[in-house]
Amino acid sequence: MWLEGWLDRAFGSRWNPMYHLGALGYFYFWVVVISGVYLYIFFDTGIPNAFKSVEYLTNEQWWLGGILRSLHRYASDALMVMMGLHIARLWAFDRCRGNRWFTWITGVPLIWLVFVAGVSGYWLVWDKLAQYVAIASTEWLDFLPIFGEPIARNFLSPKTLDSRFFTLLMFLHIAVPLIMLFLLWFHLQRINRAKVNPPRGLAIGTMAMLLVLSLVEPATSQGIADLSRVPFPVKLDWFYLWPFPLAERWGAAVLWGLAVGSTLLLAAIPWLPPQRKEATAVVDLDNCNGCTRCAEDCPYAAITMGPRTDGKPFERQAVVDPDLCVSCGICVGSCPTATPFRRATAPIPGIQLPALTVEELRSRVTVAAKGLAGNDRVLVFGCDHANKTDKLNGTGVATVGLPCAAMLPPSFIDYVLSRGLADGVAIAGCRDGECCFRFGVRWTEARLNGERDPHLRARVPRQRIARIWAAPTEWRRLESDLADFRARLRVMTEKEAAE
Amino acid sequence: MTSTLRYLGQGTVYALFAALIGYLSMYPVYNPFPSDHALVKFSLAYAGKPKGECHRRTAEELAKLAPNMRKPFVCPRQRLSLLIELEMDGAVLYRDVLNPTGLSGDGPSRAYRRFTVPAGEHRFVARLRDSDRAEGFDHVRDEKVTLKVGQNLAIDFKGTAAGFTFN
Repeated sequence: MWLEGWLDRAFGSRWNPMYHLGALGYFYFWVVVISGVYLYIFFDTGIPNAFKSVEYLTNEQWWLGGILRSLHRYASDALMVMMGLHIARLWAFDRCRGNRWFTWITGVPLIWLVFVAGVSGYWLVWDKLAQYVAIASTEWLDFLPIFGEPIARNFLSPKTLDSRFFTLLMFLHIAVPLIMLFLLWFHLQRINRAKVNPPRGLAIGTMAMLLVLSLVEPATSQGIADLSRVPFPVKLDWFYLWPFPLAERWGAAVLWGLAVGSTLLLAAIPWLPPQRKEATAVVDLDNCNGCTRCAEDCPYAAITMGPRTDGKPFERQAVVDPDLCVSCGICVGSCPTATPFRRATAPIPGIQLPALTVEELRSRVTVAAKGLAGNDRVLVFGCDHANKTDKLNGTGVATVGLPCAAMLPPSFIDYVLSRGLADGVAIAGCRDGECCFRFGVRWTEARLNGERDPHLRARVPRQRIARIWAAPTEWRRLESDLADFRARLRVMTEKEAAE
Repeated sequence: MTSTLRYLGQGTVYALFAALIGYLSMYPVYNPFPSDHALVKFSLAYAGKPKGECHRRTAEELAKLAPNMRKPFVCPRQRLSLLIELEMDGAVLYRDVLNPTGLSGDGPSRAYRRFTVPAGEHRFVARLRDSDRAEGFDHVRDEKVTLKVGQNLAIDFKGTAAGFTFN
């Protein structure tokens, strides 16, 4: 979070690379694919033709082939870094348990595929590094008792190696990214509006970085492979090839144990321990007119619009899939019938969370506001996943917690201010880009700005609303922003009293 | 933060990331192999003789089989284990009994071993027993080899016709 805060200052929340790790991974993947297609046109499978064709690209055609070769390598390295950071961030922020298990699990085999694609690419150059990688990886594979003959025997001497081996490798190197693409599709199945492209500024910046690196330090070969010689020393790509020195040091069995064990551990993380399942959103058909706003706003595609089942004259109705719902309440904030103003009947909206109904929320607001005093009274709606705002409670500040800031229907702000329950309303949520439920900040901002339904009514004085998006590491900023807001409210109240 | 400082910050992040990728994609150089040594690889993938004798089925045995299974002459599927040995300058480098692979023990026995040895002249003796004899070996090759620094010597068994090869 400290790192993200620092990057926020340099890049702004829109371009902060930490908020686009998955999208950057995609971006690097496409750079690798596009550069790879060009390299493939000139690549010759065979011995020593493979080496010669890569040398031609690197030296004689350095102005395009050489640069693309370097891009191919560095983008694949960057992809590995992005993948590692993506996994670490999701785990650190606990974004892998509960109903997000599917996205996590489908990501695990991608790690293996990225490794296989990367390692097989290093074979193809058929330089000394390729010789080392080929021997080390086949020796590691030979530990498995599934091969009739050790594959490493292919590399015993120049006489034992067949040019057709390269054709097989080339096929592997192309097939694996295609399988990756297919798995990536699965990976995003339960993500609504998945970001697969980084913002243009970030894409330009990172592409420029790769190009400069390719020109300053072009990727080169390490001399043609010679099976009659030991390929040492070698310049390893430590992003992909670190397992092989480990296999030499600890043995193939230990490395297999580590690889399989860590894969199983990674796959089990969503259930270590299992996340307590909150009651998921429920639809009340008496109040649902099938407007689709909840389905539009749901970050995890848990709401779909199905045919009407109650005979009401509406075309569709919201249908919640409990297996996908994460109980964030964003759908409640998007529902136009979620309003606290209703008095004649209970305020039951078209969709709501059983654990925190709109009626209960209204009741909490009323109770919290009763304790407020002074001319700078603020009611804070705080996201429980950001800062623990209940620590702010005092004579001039009362708080109401929400699972996500975007659960708050804008009509509640109108309700608080028009009924004089407080002099101002503050919404305190996750830092933009760190939202626990992806779109909490974005949808709240859009609703308050009148860019997304349901809008905040025009009569609501905007100057009496504060939006404070702060990470748990930014508690002081939250306090200081709130103090500034209260100071502004005092001036406003005094000015209005004088008039 | 002013825009100049922001761009400076972004540039620093990109430069650090590029430096990380550029460095770790090639460095530190990996060199675990001793500079004055050579490598010997001893390998084979070879099926020993069948375990037991082939025999002709009797008429009674044939009658018990389905018509399409009535093969008069049968040999056991299972292969004998191999005994292999590699000796360098009179000292045994490697000696092992290799069981046949496969669920029925009818696949080839396999071996693949690497030995880092000092460069220079060495006398290697490779031995293999692929029969049920109790003593001695069926295939032996005694070779004097001068290994240069960093040389890779592959000792392979190419079947009964070619025997052990030194490449």
